Amino acid sequence: MANKLIREIGLPKSIANIFAARNIVTAKDALSLTEFELMELLDVGWAEVTSAVAHISAIVCPPYQSALSLMEQRVQNEHLAGHLPTRLKGLDEALCGGIPFGVLTELVGPAGIGKTQFCLKLSLLASLPSSYGGLDGHVIYIDVESKFSSRRLIEIGAKSFPEIFLTKGMAQKMSGRILVWRPASLSEFTEREYEQGIPRQHPLGWHVSFIKSLAEFSRIPIVVTNQVRSQSRDEACQFSFQVQRWKETKEDQARYGSHLVAALGVHWAHAVTIRLVLEAKSGQRFLKVSKSPISPPLAFPFDITASGMSLLSDDGIDLTGPDINAIRSQGHSDIINFTGESLQ
Amino acid sequence: MEVGRLPISASQRGKLISAGYTTLSSLSSLSPSDLALGAQTAWDMLHEDEMFPRITTSCLDLDNVLGGGINCKEVTEIGGVPGIGKTQLGIQLAVNVQIPVDYGGLGAKAIYIDTEGSFMVERVLQIAEACIEDMTECNGLLRKDFQAGQLKMHPNNILENIFYFRVCSYTEQIALTNYLDKFISEHKDVKVVIVDSVTFHFRQDFDDMALRTRLLSGIALKLMKLAKEHGLAVVLLNQVTTKYIEGSFQLTLALGDSWSHSCTNRVILYWNGNERYAYIDKSPSLRSASAPYSVTSKGIRNSASNCKRIRMM
Repeated sequence: MANKLIREIGLPKSIANIFAARNIVTAKDALSLTEFELMELLDVGWAEVTSAVAHISAIVCPPYQSALSLMEQRVQNEHLAGHLPTRLKGLDEALCGGIPFGVLTELVGPAGIGKTQFCLKLSLLASLPSSYGGLDGHVIYIDVESKFSSRRLIEIGAKSFPEIFLTKGMAQKMSGRILVWRPASLSEFTEREYEQGIPRQHPLGWHVSFIKSLAEFSRIPIVVTNQVRSQSRDEACQFSFQVQRWKETKEDQARYGSHLVAALGVHWAHAVTIRLVLEAKSGQRFLKVSKSPISPPLAFPFDITASGMSLLSDDGIDLTGPDINAIRSQGHSDIINFTGESLQ
Repeated sequence: MEVGRLPISASQRGKLISAGYTTLSSLSSLSPSDLALGAQTAWDMLHEDEMFPRITTSCLDLDNVLGGGINCKEVTEIGGVPGIGKTQLGIQLAVNVQIPVDYGGLGAKAIYIDTEGSFMVERVLQIAEACIEDMTECNGLLRKDFQAGQLKMHPNNILENIFYFRVCSYTEQIALTNYLDKFISEHKDVKVVIVDSVTFHFRQDFDDMALRTRLLSGIALKLMKLAKEHGLAVVLLNQVTTKYIEGSFQLTLALGDSWSHSCTNRVILYWNGNERYAYIDKSPSLRSASAPYSVTSKGIRNSASNCKRIRMM
């Protein structure tokens, strides 16, 4: 809507011509200037400018709906009111049905914890026919780290849904719906002309907006995985009015034993809607619902098996406090080969 | 029974609690003249309430530091780290503004402007159901004492009264801010506008920071005018960023220093140990104070440890 042309908005001819003459072509150009600036640029009176701006705003403004009609739409048109069930009972309950459509869900955790395994399982679940609880659809798997293993995918499928996968041709059909894209280099992936000299506000800015809008308009679930990095000593974690308690917080952190944080910083943390933290604490892996508008802060112990991820308990452990955001990497066996057995 | 759950307006509740009356039993032995001593007359209080109604946050401590709740006629900015409960508070306010006047609310409608896609209808339904449950419980307990009418609200009624806008770019955000005046003139019972979050589109790819500052102050001015003219509350949710102050990196609310002047009230939500706290960072009429709150399956509520303390009194 921002790129709507001024000449298509239906302003009175006189003012529309003046906009065109001053090279204000889209609604974005017009609304990026304050009313005073417009008055100066177009050389027209205040009343004319405000009425033109009001007219443009009314056209460009997004439509509204009541929260009730939003809910009814989702319940009627979408699978399980807009959720992709993960088949992990505890997690599905916590997420009100499964991975939600239209928003970004992030999986973050240390290397080897099970993020790719979870993604492989989800790809399968999405491609399953609806009679088996799937979305009966295609999957785009963007494999930046070259970790996709089709052999492992088929194994997960065969172990989790034997009745489907052992039927002739089904394995091919299901895996045929998963499109794997491996970008050869970073520039191919980001593909945006880098303007020299202009300081970028945030290197990921445009991509975050784009991917969120994509999720929104297509009403599909988008899952991203993220890495972890160690927390530096200078890490900002307090507001200025809290500074006097700095020393206490340092001690708290040491007590948690956590020196890992999700990569990409607080800006990215704000951008994702749901953050699932995978961590290993004292040798046991946990799946934590760290950030979610619809779930309580729960931690589920899990294991990686031949059929993908499985929860050891469907009743999550309630974690109050910022511990839900902590990421630990204590003593899980690092490598899982594609037959599902961890290397000793 | 705690005073916090009585069906009286938020500012009256605030006054009773600050005078030390926290339970119904402490009030029952008093006569009206006892209560009036050291307080305003009921007539003055009534006038003040009518002029400046406040929206409760469902957390008693938070309401107290806010002087009774979120103030109508003003712009309040609420910011915090991801996952602290900003969207939860926004949804709670959108539901609480609809509490009927008989129960101490405004009986009004809400506008929810979503720039990030964090508005999940399942959660709104949960919070709406919990709000109605609390009101029905209150009704049941007090029916002998007060002539409260039978509660006929259904969670779907609450969802119906939230007008939802989804904004996908800063141009749409500006256009919507301009259009709100017309919209609210047509829907006069809207008493709260929540923007979740005001930051998102202004942090993506803005090459000209001076332009960003100008546009943001334009938006802030229009929202202030909207709040004042229509007597409604504007709540802006903000994100955090890091800033290098006095030799170390600290957290601060996003959008820069110029924006920090734009809002009338500023509340920062943060973690203090294992609890969530709200800090009144800036306000012309409220003292700087912190209050604990918690996010439960019912929405924003009192912090669990505090509940125990009040019960012991």
